[in-house]
Amino acid sequence: MIFKAIFSGFGGQGVLMMGTSLAHGAMSNGYHVTFLPSYGAEIRGGTANCTVAIADEEIASPVASEPDYLVVMNAPSLFSFQNKVAAKGVIFLNSSIISERSSRSDVQAYAVPCGDIAQDLGNTRVANIIMMGAFIKKSGIVTPDIYLKSLESIMGGRKKGVAEINRKAFAAGFDYVKD
Amino acid sequence: MNKTLMSGNHVIGEASIRAGCHFYAGYPITPQNELTEYMSEHMRSNEGRVFIQAESEISAINMIAGAAAAGARVMTSSSSPGMSLKQEGISSMAACELPGVIVNIMRGGPGLGNIRPAQGDYFQATRGGGHGDYRTIVLAPATCQELADLTMDAFDFADKYRTPVMILADGMMGQMMEPVIFKKPTPRQYPEKFMLRGAGTGKSKFIRALLLDPIDAEEHNWKLARKYEVITKNETLCEEYNVEDADMVIVAYGTSARIAKGAIKRLRDNGMKVGLFRPITLWPFPEQKLRALSAKIKNFFVFELSTGQMLDDVRLALQGYAHIDFHGRPGGAVPTPAELTNVIARVYNKND
Repeated sequence: MIFKAIFSGFGGQGVLMMGTSLAHGAMSNGYHVTFLPSYGAEIRGGTANCTVAIADEEIASPVASEPDYLVVMNAPSLFSFQNKVAAKGVIFLNSSIISERSSRSDVQAYAVPCGDIAQDLGNTRVANIIMMGAFIKKSGIVTPDIYLKSLESIMGGRKKGVAEINRKAFAAGFDYVKD
Repeated sequence: MNKTLMSGNHVIGEASIRAGCHFYAGYPITPQNELTEYMSEHMRSNEGRVFIQAESEISAINMIAGAAAAGARVMTSSSSPGMSLKQEGISSMAACELPGVIVNIMRGGPGLGNIRPAQGDYFQATRGGGHGDYRTIVLAPATCQELADLTMDAFDFADKYRTPVMILADGMMGQMMEPVIFKKPTPRQYPEKFMLRGAGTGKSKFIRALLLDPIDAEEHNWKLARKYEVITKNETLCEEYNVEDADMVIVAYGTSARIAKGAIKRLRDNGMKVGLFRPITLWPFPEQKLRALSAKIKNFFVFELSTGQMLDDVRLALQGYAHIDFHGRPGGAVPTPAELTNVIARVYNKND
């Protein structure tokens, strides 16, 4: 088994954190993982993205030519990556700021208003964690417990309130997408 | 043992600190910036360690040469254009027989090129790079775990043979995160007689490479050459993957070897018996082991992120005993396993 996922959005939306936290969770679950960030002469407000591969065997290439999952936090990312997604793949999009929808009819798409939900929770910065709640529920790659534990260990020495708001945000995203 | 999820650049930094790297000097350049950054933060939390952000790559290499002469475990790092600047210093370290680890996280070239992963510095790394008759041991890891292990080994090779050792990886290896486990480093074995520690009341010592008498210089060159022969005999490393029943063997290193492994899975699913020969030491090149394969296998396929550099070493190793095909993507272009699968499938069926 091998899964590949691309996370993409504006720099500052926490897309690299989404990728590292998933990779960390999958590692804790005993999987082989690779995490590959986009890097380069990026400009402020430009796009950032990363690719996570998760497998039960050695991973050859950390690049995803046909990702199984795509998570887009802004509209340019949707246009850049939607046609790479494998047939029967899954797209998660941040419907708070993306008014367009995927033009693909052969993929499953979930529109999650994670920006609005974050606003309701009183912290717009947790939009990425809300999206991860939806992603973890639908992908089932790791359990919520393992994911949240990984998230906490990555956030490390940050303030105590952070773990709490992250848990709330995760639960909100998890509950938003229906079974 | 605990697995840690770390990027390649950070892995090199952490492994070097655990191996007792005492002095690091570097100058920023993408895609190895995170290594210099890691060293700046973590060297200072270890007592007695020194981190210097030098004013240039040339300064950095000469700083580590000086620190190595004084007996410190040393490392510097850069990426392709910066490595070109370091060459005079590397030649000098080889001539002075100074141990040190030099990391090249390759990017697209020639010239300033770009910052994407590439393998165009193979010739520069394995042929000496600087002037004069010298060699550097060149290690080519393909996973973050191997980066951790080989960084520690690099320090031991450097001390054992009193020579600069290069770790040759690329932007993909530097940026990618994978889980790693750090092994326990072996205690350093480096005799004090090679260090400049101040003469005190004893006889003064010199470390220098300026040998104006040609007979002295010739003798020194032959002494180095004999050392390189010993290294060639004893220190080759390689990985063989699925070669037992193979009709064709891909020869690739580092990132391109990973892509090749992905292609091999697809090719085998389609009934094509393809294997991989992955040199881990690029110098010394695992020539004997590759040639041994040619007793049974008659088709080899070299794949590099360059226009064909290691290809020369494969030709030298196979000496015409087998047919060689080549696929290269220079300048920072990184193909997918799917692309390589298609290219190899065409050649495989043609040679069949």
